[in-house]
Amino acid sequence: MKIRSTVRSFGVLAGLALLAGMILSPVAAEAKKLNVVTATTDMAALAQEVGGDKVSIDSIAKGYQDPHFVEAKPSFLLKLRQADLLIVVGLQLEIGWLPPLITQSGNARVQVGANGYLDASQFAEILDVPQGTVTRAMGDVHPLGNPHYWLDPDNGRRIARGIANKFAEMDPSDGAYFQQRFQDFDKRLSSAEQKWNTEMKAYRGRKVVTYHRSFPNFAKYFGLEVIGYVEPRPGIPPTPSHTIEIIQQMKRENCRVVLVEPYFDLKTPQSIGREANAQVVVYLPSVGGEKQVTNYFELFDYDIGLLTKAFSATQ
Amino acid sequence: MRGVFLFLVITILCAIPGYGQQAGSAPASDQPDNAALMQKIRDLEDRLVAVEGQLRVLKSQQAAPVPPGAPEQAVAQEAAQSAPAEQAPAQPTPSPTVAAATSEGGTQAGTLGGAGGSAAKALNPDISAIGDFIGVAGHNPVQPSPSLQMHESELGFQAIIDPYARGDFFLSFGEEGVNLEEGYITFTALPAGFVAKVGKMRSAFGKVNTLHNHVLPWVDRPLVTNNLVGGEDGLDDAGLSVERILPAPKGIFLEATGQLFRGDSGDAQHPLFVSSGKSDVSAVGHLRAYKDLTESTNLDFGLSYARGHNDQGSNFLTQLYGIDATVRWKPLRRSIYHSFVGRGEFIWSQRQELPLEQKAFGFYTSGDYQLGRRWFLGGRFDRSSRSEFADLTDQGGSVVLTYWPSEFSQVRGQYRFTRYAGNIDTHELLLQLMFSLGAHGAHPF
Repeated sequence: MKIRSTVRSFGVLAGLALLAGMILSPVAAEAKKLNVVTATTDMAALAQEVGGDKVSIDSIAKGYQDPHFVEAKPSFLLKLRQADLLIVVGLQLEIGWLPPLITQSGNARVQVGANGYLDASQFAEILDVPQGTVTRAMGDVHPLGNPHYWLDPDNGRRIARGIANKFAEMDPSDGAYFQQRFQDFDKRLSSAEQKWNTEMKAYRGRKVVTYHRSFPNFAKYFGLEVIGYVEPRPGIPPTPSHTIEIIQQMKRENCRVVLVEPYFDLKTPQSIGREANAQVVVYLPSVGGEKQVTNYFELFDYDIGLLTKAFSATQ
Repeated sequence: MRGVFLFLVITILCAIPGYGQQAGSAPASDQPDNAALMQKIRDLEDRLVAVEGQLRVLKSQQAAPVPPGAPEQAVAQEAAQSAPAEQAPAQPTPSPTVAAATSEGGTQAGTLGGAGGSAAKALNPDISAIGDFIGVAGHNPVQPSPSLQMHESELGFQAIIDPYARGDFFLSFGEEGVNLEEGYITFTALPAGFVAKVGKMRSAFGKVNTLHNHVLPWVDRPLVTNNLVGGEDGLDDAGLSVERILPAPKGIFLEATGQLFRGDSGDAQHPLFVSSGKSDVSAVGHLRAYKDLTESTNLDFGLSYARGHNDQGSNFLTQLYGIDATVRWKPLRRSIYHSFVGRGEFIWSQRQELPLEQKAFGFYTSGDYQLGRRWFLGGRFDRSSRSEFADLTDQGGSVVLTYWPSEFSQVRGQYRFTRYAGNIDTHELLLQLMFSLGAHGAHPF
């Protein structure tokens, strides 16, 4: 009886394993297209610029979603288990949802530290790296620096170059193609930068308030000054006392624009806007935040369009 | 590490005057060549950013463990991996020096072996502690609970072990002592998409059994857990587990899990499985199907089976069958403000004992709605007969309100009504305060 039951217990396991084995269909890989999964749409957009039609790219988070709070849905595992390369934003942006997905994926290629795991933050200029002791009294701080680093064309270029090199390393026969794509992207980006700089030139030095700290790289590149945040601390919802402080500060420093990411509630920003006589602008931190914003260039076009309008209206 | 940094700084400092001289001489002969100058400055900036990034990578690579026995080789690999990434950003001349710095730093990290200064700290696992304080008001003669208790403090230690596995430890310090709630290694790099765990773990039977106390949407666990699945500790045992994603029609996630345990599970008061001999192992099988209906709504469905020997002896089996279903809604644009989770779990227990086999059934259904960024309102209906006396049935209901000051603490109040078998009615008010320190790894969905 004892032995029989043991055998039966093993039987359950063996049966499951057999079941899995029997329907284990070989993954029909299309003619060596690199299968790339990115954590966010911005990384997907940059990877698409250099990857062209030699790679297939899928992003886990949507552009209109708060990238800190993505749900680790099992459907993402279906993408991840087939991936040759996983590109993450890094700096602990995805710490709340990506690690369990990677562990559960059963895909050795994209485990942290494996060849198919690419942390794009290594290529970019990182701001807001906290100095000294970091505690949660500061809110949800990122000890390694601000992970919202892609809204700077220079960083975009650096990331794209890093991704192109990675593609070339993983698929050497198309290496020249990826480098060619990067050179082309570089050129288009440079001429777009000229345009953006001309549009923004008149507004250098203008002051803004943002909801979350997702704007420092953009502000640095275009010479804007972020004087405060709607959140009292990163990740902590607005409080009445902080809101009053911000309103007073904005009046004092004549700051007339409040920038809000599309995934935050507009109630507090709007009351700040009313009190401080400022415009509330729902800007996009990511590609895909609105339907018409489908690539890295359109992201800047969209945001700069909104900003110049708001700045000129609050002259 | 300090050596690397020093070397990099010197390299950069040496490079800057060189550029300065070149830059200085250029405009003298050729005034309007500002563009070339700008280009050079930009290249220099790029190199600096690349060096900074490389430094961050080096720091994190020091944190990643070097396989024992082959430190030299691993370091060589690290250096080789980082070299190509370095070469491209630094186009003009520079990569030899930087690459040299990298490999020098690598060797140094190897000899240190993570023993000195900040390097040792970097090798520490993620450590977290979760406090769980519960106060109970109201009289309950069937399942009495203390008025105030530090119910459970959970310590977590989590890290990547080596390129092939990660490790997770969860120790719970309760009022009675310390218990290894979970402690297992997960092999993440197995061939053919298999993921295996070895150690002590909460088994994959249903939904609520897999959840730690601090991620439950309630203060307590449902009646059916207490009556049929071994109480608070539930099906939690030492053994091994294998899971794999199965091929399925497009858009459906299908995963099978098979687990084999020693055969001891459940609380001291509610033993579920008892192993009286080495061959009294228990087994658990779980099949999970998941589908996104829209980007904000999804369905999660599970079938579970467990069998093991009960406290009557090796010849007496207990078998459990379970169905669980979850529907979730979370609009992506407002994901931090509103969500809904509806869930039901139905469990059948078949317990061999003298004089008669007992067939019991129990279930709970629950719903939790997020009212705002910090507020959650939920309810649960419970009904379950008892595994040892299947004709005794308990039922009840709860209303729960939860407030989150931040992601790292929560306050919860729960009103619980229970009508135990024999018409014993209880009304209780449970209050809970939970707080978390440190880096607690994210939980599976």
